[in-house]
Amino acid sequence: MITLKVNGKQLNADVDPSTPLLWVLRETLGLTGTKYGCGMAQCGACTVHLDGEAIRSCVKRVADTAGKEITTIEGLSPDLSHPLQKAWMEIDVPQCGYCQSGQIMSAAILLAENSTPTDTDIDEGMSGNICRCGTYPRIRQAIHRAAEIKAQGGKTT
Amino acid sequence: MSASAMERRDFLKTGAAVGGGLLISLYLPELAHASLSAKTFDKLKSGKESATFAPNAFIRIGTDDSVTVIVNKSEMGQGVYTSLPMLIAEELEADWSKIKVESAPVDQAYAHPVFGIQMTGGSTSTASEWERFRKAGATARTMLIAAAAESWKIPVGNLRAENGFVIQISSGRRASYGSLANAAATLTPPKDVLLKNPKDFKLIGKPTRRLDTPAKVNGSAQFGLDVQVPGMMTAVVARAPVFGGKVVSVNAEKAKAVAGVKDVLQVPSGVAVIATGFWPAKLGRDRLEIKWDDGPNANLSTTSMREQYATLAKTPGLVARKVGDPARALAGAAKTITAEFEVPFLAHATMEPLNCVVDLRADRCEIWTGTQFQSVDRMAAAAIAGLKPEQVQIHTTLLGGGFGRRANPASDFIIEAVQVAKAAKVPVKVVWTREDDIRGGWYRPMWYDRMVGGIDAAGNPVAWTHTIVGQSIIAGTAFEPFIIKNGIDETSVEGAADLLYGIPNLQVDLHTPKIGVPVQWWRSVGHSHNGFAVEAFFDELAHAGGKDPFELRRDLLKDQPRMRAVLELVAQKGNWGKPLPKGHGRGIATHFSFSSYVAQVAEVSVAKDGKVRVDRVVCAVDCGRVVNPDTVKAQMEGGIIFGLSAALKGEITLDRGRVVQRNFHDYEMLRINESPEIEVYIVPSAENPTGVGEPGVPPVAPAVANAIFAATGKRVRRLPIRVVA
Repeated sequence: MITLKVNGKQLNADVDPSTPLLWVLRETLGLTGTKYGCGMAQCGACTVHLDGEAIRSCVKRVADTAGKEITTIEGLSPDLSHPLQKAWMEIDVPQCGYCQSGQIMSAAILLAENSTPTDTDIDEGMSGNICRCGTYPRIRQAIHRAAEIKAQGGKTT
Repeated sequence: MSASAMERRDFLKTGAAVGGGLLISLYLPELAHASLSAKTFDKLKSGKESATFAPNAFIRIGTDDSVTVIVNKSEMGQGVYTSLPMLIAEELEADWSKIKVESAPVDQAYAHPVFGIQMTGGSTSTASEWERFRKAGATARTMLIAAAAESWKIPVGNLRAENGFVIQISSGRRASYGSLANAAATLTPPKDVLLKNPKDFKLIGKPTRRLDTPAKVNGSAQFGLDVQVPGMMTAVVARAPVFGGKVVSVNAEKAKAVAGVKDVLQVPSGVAVIATGFWPAKLGRDRLEIKWDDGPNANLSTTSMREQYATLAKTPGLVARKVGDPARALAGAAKTITAEFEVPFLAHATMEPLNCVVDLRADRCEIWTGTQFQSVDRMAAAAIAGLKPEQVQIHTTLLGGGFGRRANPASDFIIEAVQVAKAAKVPVKVVWTREDDIRGGWYRPMWYDRMVGGIDAAGNPVAWTHTIVGQSIIAGTAFEPFIIKNGIDETSVEGAADLLYGIPNLQVDLHTPKIGVPVQWWRSVGHSHNGFAVEAFFDELAHAGGKDPFELRRDLLKDQPRMRAVLELVAQKGNWGKPLPKGHGRGIATHFSFSSYVAQVAEVSVAKDGKVRVDRVVCAVDCGRVVNPDTVKAQMEGGIIFGLSAALKGEITLDRGRVVQRNFHDYEMLRINESPEIEVYIVPSAENPTGVGEPGVPPVAPAVANAIFAATGKRVRRLPIRVVA
């Protein structure tokens, strides 16, 4: 039994300790907002926060996350109020939407560490996340917009 | 499916059963719910709302004022869960904030009005539902007004509808749609309804936020891979490493020893590991010891295919189109040039790997999956399950990308999942890994094109021949009788045989080698390769004749006013003719596909080491009347990036029968740091809507290739362009 702290709640998972965190989140805890895309940290669809850092949950052993703070897309805000969620809706970033949880979770760390990212900062911070639909121009635009919303007093993390 | 196929009137008239039992019939956009099976209709009427008014298969109005639009198209990112409801809401005079969307069950009432089957593809969703959805909305509005007239005992002429209410014009007395739902449900739907004059549109043509965005930014959107049903197991299948290979023997001892693995079962496509979740299933599969018989494709290699194709390209194939006397015109030309173009196999690589949940019982089969091909899949699943099609229900989830892969004519991922469920005797979710997806076939075919052009003394093109070599995606499918004519698969020559430029002598011919690699439509289909060959070669001809590539295109499009307008707009917005720094270049291309006109200008910079960066792409599109302009822009942006992944990165190769690539590290996608600035301009039009999902793809590869020539003087004739040597 492994005890995980996910989105502020203590949860128990009876799984093999070598199971990647991704599958524990999705199949054991029912948090399906975090997606499987490649299984080898190439696409970023599975991005979650571990103690405030963006990690690829598809290659992270669940045992190594015990006791640490895990945040998934479901825990980003209870009510779509995160500046990134607001900006994503305002600019209608998603197309198929499958990669967007990972995009937003990566962007959240970028924005937490750099409240006024340039295009270059965004390109560097977001190049680990693939979007097959090609929403990159809107992701750039939405991160700039989220930075503005945040500066105007929107929620900060 | 290609728009050219859709437009063929003879296709519409062929109302016969097709091999495989698939019935293609002309289904007129009728609204009577008589065509909806009684069971489906009852289910729709008894939706989540307590009592409802369901005037046709597409609308349900609840007494709580909710308006549910039942969408018969799969949402795979192209925005149909917003643009199609907009058509209904416009005519219904609905309150847009009350609109809900539900995916349609499988029923002939939801069949594509032209193709006759329930499916999403060919960039046809808006075009094909443009009239039917508006009529559906107008019918409901007419009935709600009639219900109010009856209840208030006043003529319908004294009433109007607005924002979810019926209003008495003189008094302002009003009743909400929900309050009229029960009364309207007792009325007979009118046979004919009047549609709005487009000048009165309130919603159509206005940038409208997508209804599915909120669920896609908080993790609640449900894709096939997210589906859980009670008692469900997860299966991962070991498939043959060579296409067409078969299992000789399996040792499953080590696999069965993995905690969580419940069973290992042989199925027609390979060996399925059934487990409590994905991870034990995958670990179990890794431990399988399988002896395979590689079969007839054991020695396939793309290197030898390429030699075979190049040889074939030097001989004429079956003639798809001939104008004038190209041989004579070439013989008499002041100058001739020859060029050969090639593009590789490409995987669709949808972000959501394929998956399918099947709950198979003695008398029914329920399937949850993201599919583009409901009618075909249901027929195929029923045959495997030993049930009647109506005993099979498909719940269409959101699709994490489609690009054609989820419209598989052989229903490969559906059939396999039903076979696994049948063997496992429990509900199963079959999950494909990324490796399974990249190596799983059903690719855009590899193509080889040989072009010869002739110009006269003034530099004008007088002859054009184009020999195309590549596999047919249609041969062997139920669509063969409609799309293959006299040995020519129309999708192989689309975008080449229908060249818009006025060149007096022209021949397009086709070789269709039979190769054991499963191939399929891939976003923009034949246009994805012909667009590159045609537009890159046109650029070569222009330069050979000392002409500006934009001016020559413009001159040869004088009988194509819509394309000419798009070309002129893109040249202006793309700063055509303005100088750029050394090492930078600008290229232009046009392409007509899915009945839409697109032109693009690409700006590239080529570094000293030959690395190419696409800095900016400007796009102009004429796709007829626009429903949601923001969606059109998004689809052009997405199409450009999809096309750039193919132009700069994508390549599936085979060696000794095996696919060489396996995941995103060696089958790469464009990333954000490589993504250009993109500008999209829409040409206003009052014509009926045409395709949007695919037409953005074809022009970008040639625009980039032409820009590289402008920057370096070097021609790029083979994709992907990794470096300019």
